[in-house]
Amino acid sequence: MPSELETAANPEKLKRIVIEPVTRVEGHGKVTLLLDEDNRVHQARFHIVEFRGFEKFIQGRPYTEVPVLVQRLCGICPVSHNLAASKAMDVIVGATPPPAADKLRRLMHMGQMLQSHALHFFHLSSPDLLFGFDSEAGTRNIAGLAMEFPEIARQGIGLRKFGQEAIRMTSGKRVHGTGVIPGGMSKNLSCEDRNWLLGEIDQVVRWSQEAVNLIKRLYGEHKDFYNSFGYYRSSFMSLVGEDGAMDLYHGGLRAIDDKGQTIFDHVDYSHYGDYIREEVKSWSYMKFPFIRSQGREEGWYRVGPLARVNNCDFIPTPLAEAERKTFKEFDGGRATHATLSFHWARMIEMLHSAEAIRELLHDDDLLSDDLVNTGERQLRGVGVIEAPRGTLIHHYRINEDEQIVRANLIVATTHNNEAMNEAIRQVALQYLDGQQLTEGLLNYIEVAIRAFDPCLSCATHALGKMPLEVELIDAEGARIHHLIKDADGKHRA
Amino acid sequence: MISTITIDGKTVPFTEEQTIMDAALAAGVYIPHLCHNPEFKPHGSCKLCVVEANGRNVTSCTMPASPGMVVVNDTPELNEDRKALVQMLFVEGNHICPACEATGNCQLQAAGYYLHMQSPHFMHFYPPRRVDASHPDIFLDLNRCILCELCVRASRDIDKKSVFGISSRGIDSHLVVNSESGRLGDTSMAVTDKAAHVCPTGAILIKRKGYTVPMGKRLFDQKTLPEFHLEQQKRVEPEDGPDGG
Repeated sequence: MPSELETAANPEKLKRIVIEPVTRVEGHGKVTLLLDEDNRVHQARFHIVEFRGFEKFIQGRPYTEVPVLVQRLCGICPVSHNLAASKAMDVIVGATPPPAADKLRRLMHMGQMLQSHALHFFHLSSPDLLFGFDSEAGTRNIAGLAMEFPEIARQGIGLRKFGQEAIRMTSGKRVHGTGVIPGGMSKNLSCEDRNWLLGEIDQVVRWSQEAVNLIKRLYGEHKDFYNSFGYYRSSFMSLVGEDGAMDLYHGGLRAIDDKGQTIFDHVDYSHYGDYIREEVKSWSYMKFPFIRSQGREEGWYRVGPLARVNNCDFIPTPLAEAERKTFKEFDGGRATHATLSFHWARMIEMLHSAEAIRELLHDDDLLSDDLVNTGERQLRGVGVIEAPRGTLIHHYRINEDEQIVRANLIVATTHNNEAMNEAIRQVALQYLDGQQLTEGLLNYIEVAIRAFDPCLSCATHALGKMPLEVELIDAEGARIHHLIKDADGKHRA
Repeated sequence: MISTITIDGKTVPFTEEQTIMDAALAAGVYIPHLCHNPEFKPHGSCKLCVVEANGRNVTSCTMPASPGMVVVNDTPELNEDRKALVQMLFVEGNHICPACEATGNCQLQAAGYYLHMQSPHFMHFYPPRRVDASHPDIFLDLNRCILCELCVRASRDIDKKSVFGISSRGIDSHLVVNSESGRLGDTSMAVTDKAAHVCPTGAILIKRKGYTVPMGKRLFDQKTLPEFHLEQQKRVEPEDGPDGG
């Protein structure tokens, strides 16, 4: 339930504190806090200040081009967009990819999961966790980490490198490759590349275990603080396999509420619109999705590593499954809703990804030339995948001339929009309310945002409904004219 | 008797009716070009092949070679001009290589790399151009048309259909389709036509092909632009030599 900080009665009378840009996240965002004279917090909001427009400018493009085009949404998780769009295009070309293509895509996706999670944990978040949230800002970064904890930094960089190599070997490039095509893949894995991956994978699994141990140790050492930092309960949504297993590439949608009760389960994601709706708010370029049956106010939820680890019945690789059990049982289950436990869940997933790659690499299908299937063309396709940051939905319609006529993308960070706002409201109330604000205290807000690993570039899709505010200011700085376009498209002075 | 010219000091033989470009390519000397294709009558529009012949700048694909002609081709100054021309072609249309199916197979892109183009340099025009997907097998994207007229020539001279033409003048020049509706789907063009396979960029694409050729196996992953163009010349030469024996 959103707290009372969502709106302030008389915002113009309050002090405005702005954290801009929010650092060590992907993309551009800012946080605004409204405080009264006693530094009591009256409003806390997380704004996305960049705008992309992919859903509009892919209209008219041939469907074959789109999986490669839309992956340019992101430089961190392009594989996720490429795969989600390609899964939608599989539907449009009426073909299920052959087993070899399915496995190659999974290998690519696990590489993506590994590199993205490593990047987030080691490069972006571990400085907060290892040095302290309000430690010296000048060293609270990857360079400081390399100086103080060189082995941890080395392993983080090594893990990311391995993931990037798995992506390159299956897609053609470390970033923005073209290996995935509608109905399958355009290339297999070469023997040479498989051997390289096999030579590295045991070390990668070992390093991933060490990463889980690191966050587990930190969590244990600061149990009460980690459990209570920005704490709230929420619903969770993710894909799960038919048997309830964690499946990051394919499955049905499952949502559970804040008490652990099932809201929906094994939903065919092509009908996602029957279960999820999106709302536009006037102060952010990011939409606010909600679960229809729960309503606009109560229906918000979290996606991503924490949602997936909580939602699945089991993880189908042994080391990660053991870690999942430990996590779920920790402190009587209190960690399962904590904001900072996103990090723990993320590292469990990284370990799962490493284990899954190790299993896949022994499958000779990866070397097969049977890579593409074709079928009867359809005019609508939905592709859903679990991207590193959470459930990613791509939905396209084409016309008879094979051009895109409509696209809707719901990106992980968008699902988490309300949840991130709730996290910063909680942190603002817990740590900032009534305090003299310092850089260190403001970083508490950023730590809460970082836990979600948001990708703001991916998430800005409120196209055609962007609110706009125009001010005409004279040479002395006085406002002469003022016009506002609201989210509903209406204008007012 | 075979006459000769020199290109950058190298003696190059030529036969009657050969242009500087013909003679150069036949001798394995590369002059950058985009609108020239030895299978078709020269057009002389892209100006990338401009060389200095006897002290005068000329379009080498249309200028006949003459005995003793002294040609200057591969100089920093001329290559800078060529780079500027390629940059202008990039900004005049909408060439978004990262999302173009022709990437890796595109001669405009390859020319950019060959001429060490690091940026578009000029302001983008971002012209609003039409996309015509009405043909069941061919996608016509005028955003990527560089007005080389290769499709016009191929359709007129080889396919004998005259599906394409260039309309208007100067900066308003644009490719038009010869049908009452102006749509490609209403012409007799077939996917097997020569015109469907000569576009040096991604303006004419075969539908459903997409990115089926993986990175590493695309045209310009395997060879340079000069290698490609010199091989193109070899394909049209009689087996017993450029002078036809």
